[in-house]
Amino acid sequence: MSILIYAESAEGKFRKVAFELASYAKKVAESIGTTVTAITINTEDVSELSKYGVDKVLKITNEKLSSFSAKAYADVIKQAAQKEGTKLVILSSTTDSIYLAPLVAVSLEAGLASNVVELPINTSPFQVKRNAFSNKAFNITEISSEVKIIGLAKNSYGIFENTSNLSVEDFNPTIGEADFGIKVEKIEKVSGKVSIADADIVVSGGRGLKGPEHWGMIEELAQVLGAATACSKPVSDLDWRPHSEHVGQTGKPVAANLYIAVGISGAIQHIAGINSSKVKVVINTDPEAPFFKVADYGVIGDAFEVVPQLIEKLKVFKAQH
Amino acid sequence: MKILVCISHVPDTTSKINFANGDSQFDTNGVQFVINPNDEYGLTRAIWFQEQQGATITVVNVGNAETEPTLRKALAIGANDAIRINANPTDSFFVAKQIAEVAKNGSYDIIIAGKESLDYNGGMVPGMIAGILGYNFLNSCIDLLVDGSNVKAIREIDGGRETISTTLPIIIGGQKGLVEEKDLRIPNMRGIMTARTKTLTVVEPIDASINTKAVKFEKPAPKSAVKLVAADNLDELINLLHNEAKVI
Repeated sequence: MSILIYAESAEGKFRKVAFELASYAKKVAESIGTTVTAITINTEDVSELSKYGVDKVLKITNEKLSSFSAKAYADVIKQAAQKEGTKLVILSSTTDSIYLAPLVAVSLEAGLASNVVELPINTSPFQVKRNAFSNKAFNITEISSEVKIIGLAKNSYGIFENTSNLSVEDFNPTIGEADFGIKVEKIEKVSGKVSIADADIVVSGGRGLKGPEHWGMIEELAQVLGAATACSKPVSDLDWRPHSEHVGQTGKPVAANLYIAVGISGAIQHIAGINSSKVKVVINTDPEAPFFKVADYGVIGDAFEVVPQLIEKLKVFKAQH
Repeated sequence: MKILVCISHVPDTTSKINFANGDSQFDTNGVQFVINPNDEYGLTRAIWFQEQQGATITVVNVGNAETEPTLRKALAIGANDAIRINANPTDSFFVAKQIAEVAKNGSYDIIIAGKESLDYNGGMVPGMIAGILGYNFLNSCIDLLVDGSNVKAIREIDGGRETISTTLPIIIGGQKGLVEEKDLRIPNMRGIMTARTKTLTVVEPIDASINTKAVKFEKPAPKSAVKLVAADNLDELINLLHNEAKVI
């Protein structure tokens, strides 16, 4: 009956979303009087999960699962759910978890609600609030199947400590050839940089920066803040920056704590993709830029003057804090 | 090579989002509908296969009669024929089940769906079709090449990209990158004229369970006005971000 979560890791260490997922699941578990079981795949040290309320870990160590396979991982989650008699599976909104969630849903005949932004409104009937219409509205979804799956939107709940007594069980699910119809040939990752998905802070540049040669200051601002860099759609269409940095409706979604838009006017498609961010700052010469309508803080000014000053001031601030 | 492209009929991005009937329904009043952008990237990639490798393209939509102009637009862009499954697309599993049935009957080699639609943002339909059919499935697909029955494709991952190999039949959740923005096609007059005579078949849905239901919609609370900080007073911005917003 325990609630099941998949606690993701990268290179053997938990990703931050794992702790947010655990915090959220614990709160739901307390409200319905049950416990939280986490699946870990090739994570060396799982003890950290006890800080966030996980009661039991099903620890999987398997060479075959060393690179992500949606089908195999979904199969593992299904077997764990069946073994635990789980009625509620909670997944994150990473690229990998969004990929595997519908496969788990079909195999467990479970109703799935993705992009969930807060604790369930009701547990009977089971109703959750989720983002819809590209962050322009919320939608209350009722899940009626016996087994239910929800996908928690990134950065929507937060991380809360809640110490528990963790038991760890080695788990050896059956994985077959059929799970590996997709073969990973090569993984290219930009090293030494924070990814947009994992970043707490994102610094993003738009056409107002006038050319790719001016990105040095965006990168420096990001570096001072420990942030990821991103860009608007026109910038990636002009090939000033790689497509992987494009954020917005047809690019990557951003749900950061802080989003800083430099020289981005704030087209509706851009805002749709970044609106889940908690605090938004805009730096733009044009006071009429639509971004000012959605931002929390704004500076009307020339990025070429404001950003270098901001970098210097932040360096001083960081040295003191 | 037979390709099935799933088309969602969604409000244009610039539409005002309002709800009707006690906030239980999307208010379509005055809303212009378009092909879901993620689906349009997929459709354009399918046209590439049609031109380069002689593929035929069927577009499919689960929806009522008012979605037909969107399917006609896909035909005008270059799809060979269209199927409309005559049902209200309320639940992702229901939709996936309908499309899986069409896919099975038509023995398609490639099924392309957008990784998510811009109305409900569920992001589940392609994966569910794959789960039902047991086909190879790649989500967040940004490149797709087919040689005989061998497939090479690229998936966007958090912080990078992953190259994979697999075999047909395959289903992908597509997005920008499959083609670029500049490759998208605006139907020309000839396309629009020929689209009128292309086959659009209407089929009735099969029975499928419904596991989820949208019971209500809400709009976000109105936002308070932006706090402006003078360009020569950036210490104040840092102060606000540190002490008020607590994000640095």
